[in-house]
Amino acid sequence: MKNIDSKGHVTGKSIYLDDIPIIQGTQFGVVFDSPVAHGTITSVDYTKALATPGVIRIITHEDIPGQNQIGGIISDEQLFASTEVHFVGQPIALIIAESDQIAFKARKLIELEIAKKDVIVNPREAQQIDQLIVPPRTFKLGDTENSWGNCVHIFEGQADSNGQEHLYIETQGAYAIPMENGHIRISSSTQGPTVVQRITARVLGVGMHKIEVDVVRIGGGFGGKEDQATPWAVMAALGVSILNLPVKVVLSRLDDMRMTGKRHPYSSDYKIGFSKDLKIIAYETTFYQNAGAAADLSPAVMERTLFHGTNSYFIPNVKMTAYSCKTNLPPNTAFRGFGGPQGMFVIESALSHAAKELGIPTHELQKINLLKNGNEFPYGQIADGVELNSIWHEMESKFDIGSIEKEIDEFNSNHTDVKKGFSLMPVTFGISFTKTPMNQARALVHIYTDGSVGVSTGAVEMGQGVNTKMLQIAACIFSIDPKQVKLESTNTTRVANTSPSAASSTADLNGKALQKACNALLERLKSCAADHLKVSSTDVTLKDGMVYTNENKTDLTWHQLVMMAFLKRICLTENGHYATPTIHFDMTKEKGHPFAYHVYGLALMQVTLDCVRGTYEFDAVKIVHDFGKTMNPSVDFGQIEGGLIQGMGWMTMEDLRYNNQGQLLSNTLSTYKIPDIYSVPKTVTIEPLETNGSDLAILKSKAVGEPPLMYGIGAYFAIDNAIKSFNPNFTSTFDAPFTHEKVLMGLHGSLDFE
Amino acid sequence: MIEFILNNKPIKTDQPTGSLLLDFVRYEQSLMGTKIGCREGDCGACTVLMGELIDGQMNYRQVTSCLTPLGNAQRKHVVTIEGLNMKSLSPVQQFMVDESGSQCGFCTTGFVVSLTQFCLANSIPSYNDAIASIDGNICRCTGYKPIERAAKHITESLSDKDHNETLNWLIAQQFIPSYFNQIQDKLDALPKGDNDSQNGTVVGGGTDLYVQKHDQLIDQNVDLITNMPNLNFIKIDNGICKVGAGTTATDLMESDIFISAFPRLKAHLKLVASSPIRNTATLGGNFVNASPVGDFTVFFLALNAKIKLTKNSDSRSIYLNDFYKGYKDLDKSSDEILSTISFKLPTQDSHYNFEKVSKRIYLDIASVNTAIQLTVSKNKITESHISAGGVGPIPIYLRKTCDFLLNKALLPETVQSAHKILQSEIIPISDVRGSADYKRLLLRQLFYAHFITLFPDQFSLDSFK
Repeated sequence: MKNIDSKGHVTGKSIYLDDIPIIQGTQFGVVFDSPVAHGTITSVDYTKALATPGVIRIITHEDIPGQNQIGGIISDEQLFASTEVHFVGQPIALIIAESDQIAFKARKLIELEIAKKDVIVNPREAQQIDQLIVPPRTFKLGDTENSWGNCVHIFEGQADSNGQEHLYIETQGAYAIPMENGHIRISSSTQGPTVVQRITARVLGVGMHKIEVDVVRIGGGFGGKEDQATPWAVMAALGVSILNLPVKVVLSRLDDMRMTGKRHPYSSDYKIGFSKDLKIIAYETTFYQNAGAAADLSPAVMERTLFHGTNSYFIPNVKMTAYSCKTNLPPNTAFRGFGGPQGMFVIESALSHAAKELGIPTHELQKINLLKNGNEFPYGQIADGVELNSIWHEMESKFDIGSIEKEIDEFNSNHTDVKKGFSLMPVTFGISFTKTPMNQARALVHIYTDGSVGVSTGAVEMGQGVNTKMLQIAACIFSIDPKQVKLESTNTTRVANTSPSAASSTADLNGKALQKACNALLERLKSCAADHLKVSSTDVTLKDGMVYTNENKTDLTWHQLVMMAFLKRICLTENGHYATPTIHFDMTKEKGHPFAYHVYGLALMQVTLDCVRGTYEFDAVKIVHDFGKTMNPSVDFGQIEGGLIQGMGWMTMEDLRYNNQGQLLSNTLSTYKIPDIYSVPKTVTIEPLETNGSDLAILKSKAVGEPPLMYGIGAYFAIDNAIKSFNPNFTSTFDAPFTHEKVLMGLHGSLDFE
Repeated sequence: MIEFILNNKPIKTDQPTGSLLLDFVRYEQSLMGTKIGCREGDCGACTVLMGELIDGQMNYRQVTSCLTPLGNAQRKHVVTIEGLNMKSLSPVQQFMVDESGSQCGFCTTGFVVSLTQFCLANSIPSYNDAIASIDGNICRCTGYKPIERAAKHITESLSDKDHNETLNWLIAQQFIPSYFNQIQDKLDALPKGDNDSQNGTVVGGGTDLYVQKHDQLIDQNVDLITNMPNLNFIKIDNGICKVGAGTTATDLMESDIFISAFPRLKAHLKLVASSPIRNTATLGGNFVNASPVGDFTVFFLALNAKIKLTKNSDSRSIYLNDFYKGYKDLDKSSDEILSTISFKLPTQDSHYNFEKVSKRIYLDIASVNTAIQLTVSKNKITESHISAGGVGPIPIYLRKTCDFLLNKALLPETVQSAHKILQSEIIPISDVRGSADYKRLLLRQLFYAHFITLFPDQFSLDSFK
């Protein structure tokens, strides 16, 4: 089934936040933010801004009836800065005016004085002075200290990966409208409606029941709207509570880029040791996560870095320590992969480093050390259902790694100005929220008396096709035409206390809850039919809108059965609740079984370098991926292609730049470039691996949102590989992204110019 | 008063001519299918079509409505996604659905509009042109592969297109609604617009001005270059090529004069911006904008071009090279208008090349760009013009390097010695587009690239070791 939204998308009829028809009296909010990365507000004068015709009100921390606090994991972030500012772009006030144009003009008239303080943008500097978001954490397996002596080869180095702007094409925004009795209804472009509801209630000092949050869909999220959609919604609601008028806050692209956090930049040290036969004996790493100025989701992101620090390899002795370092950047946040990619980049760098020193191809080291069933992850979970070896074998048999390598060698010896390179990138990604209590979901199903069905879940549709999967589940269980099922908006009054749509697990959690609800309804209907047909309800099945007994079609239709049940006063509404079984994690020991299952895959990437100009083109990417039993190939393949390109963007052209005063330099789409249609690989081949899937995956169709992003890491090492064949003296810096600048410098070295 | 046709609806509005087409369609006309992504022409979510009657034929180009002054819609046919919708999906829409070319959907209408422009083009459809039509559309979800597949199917479905009857053929095949064939008459019936000066800011395509001065422009009645007569032409006069300042990049790319004078023109201009931007960006605008990395400035500096500055009935001509006095400082009074660019057409012996490297190869601003025009006779350089951008406060004409090359043999040693002089003529700074060291190295490489590209039998990277 194709994405159920696609017809609306191609006709422009799909409704996003800014498309909601404007209610009379609506006012528009523009955020006034700090131009300074660290300091104390000594004075702020709104007089001129307030005098601007059309400006209705300027709301500051003084107007907050509840708590001026939006922090999630840790209460360390104000909605509006009161005295201290900690990053450029930190909100100080909301200007509310008759139009956003007026508010933008008024914003320029605000007079602000800040006594500047020292600015830290480097995570290692922050760690040096113990400026941490949370205490450091260490994952340990075996005993690294006593293992180095057993190693024949030991390599040490540093690997850094930069941040990444989400660049959802729809910017952040919310539209809040007053309801009666002080209730507020918020439409928000958020991945986490409950987060918006909870924080709004906290800031307004009211019960959560007074705040309704509704999401039809969002125009891209990628993690950027998990926690950071919240402030704008809270501001709009605050405006409503003060003015009793509808208030809309939609960020301009410049404001969005400046004010919101990104993927965390990481700087890391590694030490890796091998036996004579090149098995990894020991691995130590220290991660310095650049968290920005407040916790946001950083502690959880840091945790996932530790979970995925050994990627797809079994290492008997591991010690990984992570510091979440507090700097004066906007609070960095969730981004597809959630710290996992940063951890994987380090071990891939260590392997690439080792391979070069040992004079062997990196993929040999990778293959020798692949994880197998029964191996222990550093966090105590025992690997199960591991597909890495069969995936590797599939890659070798389908695409012949050896002959690709040979072709590249031949090409390189015949060309001076153009060089080719390649890489292999295995991925092992754990599925579940690592915070166990978040692994629950609910679904509400109504069957209407005409047989049509309304489904509400906690899942937010952001292009990942979750609503399509939900619709498939309901239509399949009831065995009715999908046209009879409608996916409702995600609304906190229908499905409450939801986890955000994140961690690749939205379809699993909400889908399982929906299965439960639908199955309960189905049982009721079957028993109603059994009564009517005078058979046992176990003999009743529903198929294609008809009732069957013992495989024999009856005259009873789905519609008639539903009406019959209604007249018999049988409940045609059901709420399903699902909580992932088997998972647990003990943070005091850093051991447990945090993941329902893992997703596995392998990407082979080929690149061609223009050694004259220092530019590159990706020729081909070949992927073998463990989908389990995909329930929707077009949606799932789309996630692979999209995730791959997003990961490649992070590793190649997406060059996030702050200066040492914490100001974002890559602050527009003209200075921050994401892949365009010409920068994607010429071919992307996806080979699905037939596996059993997992019972904890919805219909055994494994989660697919985040894992493919990490295939993109291969782009870095393919370029690295190609540079080495032009410049044998090139020393890899393991400093992603591999921009054209780094490539050219790597090929030719600095120019001696006086 | 601005009058145009919006989809199938005649519009008459007294909104300021400097206000934006995007805001008009979304907030005045409630056509919400056109999305706001960046408001700087870099994402394509706001793409609409602009149709114009040229030589009795409708000519549709895609533009980013976020940078299009409403006044530029005067006497045009503006088409949003709503104006393309029919009872059933068009083939463009259907192939996008079939190939899952849309995920979150926010960019999708822009892609559909651009791909429809490809269908509307009065030329033989090719897959490369289909992709080129969406080179200004950014998608963050799909990774483009499904969109490429849709583009392939769309191209194939146009194979029987009757190029003499494009509109009728497309209507018959339900690519576009039938009202499209009445547009020509409706446009003809609109009163000819007046061209009175509004004493506002002079705006060309607006593709850079609206990024820089959005707030100042949207409330004013601006003076639109496209409404000024005689600023859009390309002609040859006694071996001199003359180009009106209002000529767009696309006009240049499609000009027979330019195509024959510059064999690699398409490849060169493909490096400049994107299709929707090239459709509106003017040559004069690029020059006056005075960006140190202006692609067209660098392109024309190496042609040793002259420009004509006009003030009422007076005019004066200067070399483009002398136009730039310092960073964003021009030899131009505020009431002068750059009207014409002229240059000597390259001769048989002359060789031209343009190079540009940026963070992303296409749809990006250069880290460094450079152009060269060399006349070589019996392996001796008899004339040379070289320019470079991104390596100083203004686009630089590398005079000393040019002088050095004169009368030298075309040999690697000559190029390497010239490069040393080149380095003394530039003063790059470190910024978001690259470090100063990188820009020096990059210009060296692009300087070598000129010779490797123009004389592949004589030069390769090895020549410069």
